[in-house]
Amino acid sequence: MNRFTRFLTGAALAATVLGGSHASATELTFYYPIAVGGPITKIVDGYAAEFTKAHPDITVKPVYTGSYQDSIVKAMTAAKAGNAPDVAILLSTDMFTLIDNELIEPYDAIATSDADKAWIKAFYPAFMENSQAGGHTWGIPFQRSTIVQYWNKDAFKAAGLDPEKPPKSWDEMVDFGKKLTKRDGSGAVTQWGLEIPSSGFPYWLFQALTTQNGAILANQDGTKVAYTDPKVIEAAQFFADLSGKYQVMPKGIIDWGTTPKDFFEGKTAMMWTTTGNLTNVRTNAKFAFGVAAMPAKARGGSPTGGGNIYIFKNDDKAKLKAALEFARFLSAPERAADWGIATGYVATRPDAWDTDAMKKYTAEFPAAAVARDQLKDAVAELSTHDNQRVTKALNDALQAILTGAKQAKPALDDAQAEATRILTTYQH
Amino acid sequence: MAAPRASRLNIHLQGWLLVLPAVVLLATFTHVPAVETVIDSFFSTPHGKRPAVYIGFDQYRTMLADPVFWLAFRNNLLYALITVPLAIALALLMALWVNGRIKGRAALRLAFFTPTILPMVAAANIWLFFYTPDYGLLNQIIRLFGFESVNWLGSPATALPALMAVTVWKEAGFFMIFFLAALQQVPPVLYEAARMENASSWLVFRRITWPLLMPTTLFVAVNALINAFRVVDQVIAMTGGGPNNATALLLFYIFQVAFSFWDSGYAAALSVVLLSTLAIIAFLQFFLLDRKIHYR
Repeated sequence: MNRFTRFLTGAALAATVLGGSHASATELTFYYPIAVGGPITKIVDGYAAEFTKAHPDITVKPVYTGSYQDSIVKAMTAAKAGNAPDVAILLSTDMFTLIDNELIEPYDAIATSDADKAWIKAFYPAFMENSQAGGHTWGIPFQRSTIVQYWNKDAFKAAGLDPEKPPKSWDEMVDFGKKLTKRDGSGAVTQWGLEIPSSGFPYWLFQALTTQNGAILANQDGTKVAYTDPKVIEAAQFFADLSGKYQVMPKGIIDWGTTPKDFFEGKTAMMWTTTGNLTNVRTNAKFAFGVAAMPAKARGGSPTGGGNIYIFKNDDKAKLKAALEFARFLSAPERAADWGIATGYVATRPDAWDTDAMKKYTAEFPAAAVARDQLKDAVAELSTHDNQRVTKALNDALQAILTGAKQAKPALDDAQAEATRILTTYQH
Repeated sequence: MAAPRASRLNIHLQGWLLVLPAVVLLATFTHVPAVETVIDSFFSTPHGKRPAVYIGFDQYRTMLADPVFWLAFRNNLLYALITVPLAIALALLMALWVNGRIKGRAALRLAFFTPTILPMVAAANIWLFFYTPDYGLLNQIIRLFGFESVNWLGSPATALPALMAVTVWKEAGFFMIFFLAALQQVPPVLYEAARMENASSWLVFRRITWPLLMPTTLFVAVNALINAFRVVDQVIAMTGGGPNNATALLLFYIFQVAFSFWDSGYAAALSVVLLSTLAIIAFLQFFLLDRKIHYR
């Protein structure tokens, strides 16, 4: 028997044994979006390969599905055609949409062992707020973020401010902003004090303002919103005053996508954006910059954001079990740390920050820990049933207020009426 | 007798076989979906285990009461009324210019045609940088003249015109090609006769060029109008329909209702309105304008 035939026999034997013990290997389809820069596809493929190595009976097929919006569209249409993914990373705020369409399996129904139950409790509570509803856990935090403020230390120095002290309150923010806003001879602004983006999804950044003013925008079950809470109206007025009354921020809608560039170009001395931009800013800012938690009014705080791991319904129990195994693998402390370092997202569980890799990273780049430290003040991102419609009502109102088309109160009254109309069907 | 009938049948069969691929493709991707859309618009949107139920004209009643629909409709009409004549006029001007004997004619033609070659999303991204406040190209220019920087895409008053400019810029070069081809079809004897009569160049244009270009103008106008109602890429790439729906156009709104709100029933009703609008436009153009046009 030469070496080749021996190999063949061995392979045949192995196949019989494997085939005997596992009737067929389970294959999981895994949808994931990309919302930040970097070689994300490579990292995800690496995770999938690593997982299959540890679980030879499960193969994971990762499918890159575009932006978050593209991904939910693909997952929903695939599900309607009877071809849903097994596991998917989608916005945490898509939870109610997925529940209402009866597409996802709650984790508590499949994660029944003691170890599984402990695993569900391992994540930061702030991230779990957007993952639980109606007494069930529907999502597991994967790539999550909060809003933080970035400031240009050189610009602070030039304006006679302490470059190591970011604004701690709204008053300080306005005060610093006035000192940082520079005009040329003709009165045209050459450097703004602050930019809070307001294109696309202004509700998210606005929610930081409402949180700081002590308001909560929606209830946990996503059936009621409080757009007309006086504190919310006050926050909206403040948002508009930043460009109108105080003139420390550009007028009109500020584009989310170009805000980091404005910061790099020195067009604004401070900006609010996601922690997910951390690596981007670190690479592109040609000046000393700082990252700080949000300023406070009644309190500090920011909404969380980003994506969760969802498991799609399946009649095949083996698939659900395999999917759970994969979700546990993706959210393990080492992976959470690795993913956070590679992207800038906040590692989702406290023990991830105790890993050697993460300790080393935060030691040389302390700004990475700012978002984590802010989590104690973080609240759930606005999420309700029929989420996109209900948030659009708020987005429209905010843009109307910021462009001066409507006053704060009537605009928010309209938004509340629209949201209430939509949500009535869900208030049993 | 039998043989010719068989061959005639054969010819019919051959004919049908020849059009079969086109018929199948058109039916699968155009006609069947269009009919299904009309049917869907009379049903509610299915959710999970709740199936769609017949609700008559409810979706259309919702539409009548939906301010965003009316805004999108109004925006779209404005879009068509402004971009179509502008694009046609510009295309004609460019065609007349590069049809004459001037230096660097080929380069000029290419330059005018370039916007057409670019994919819309790429073009939209270029224009995003033109429109960026403070350091965008447009604002750098107007600041040279001492004006304040304008937030083109961030103010409701300028956002829609800013999108219109992109459309005109992109379409004019494409339509120029049609006018250029038509200009070269005008018999030179007509121009010679006019020259002998000592007619002014305006008179030549009004009496010879313009009437003879009418079939092309009609063709271009139909296409431009249809395109004006199909605008969606630059809205998604540049404004996302904002600020406060100032740049919401019909197709964009349909997309949003269908794939952000997951309200397929309402999206179907909106699609029916868009389809009917386009059908009416095409009908009017072909049956009313057609009579006034000089065909050779």
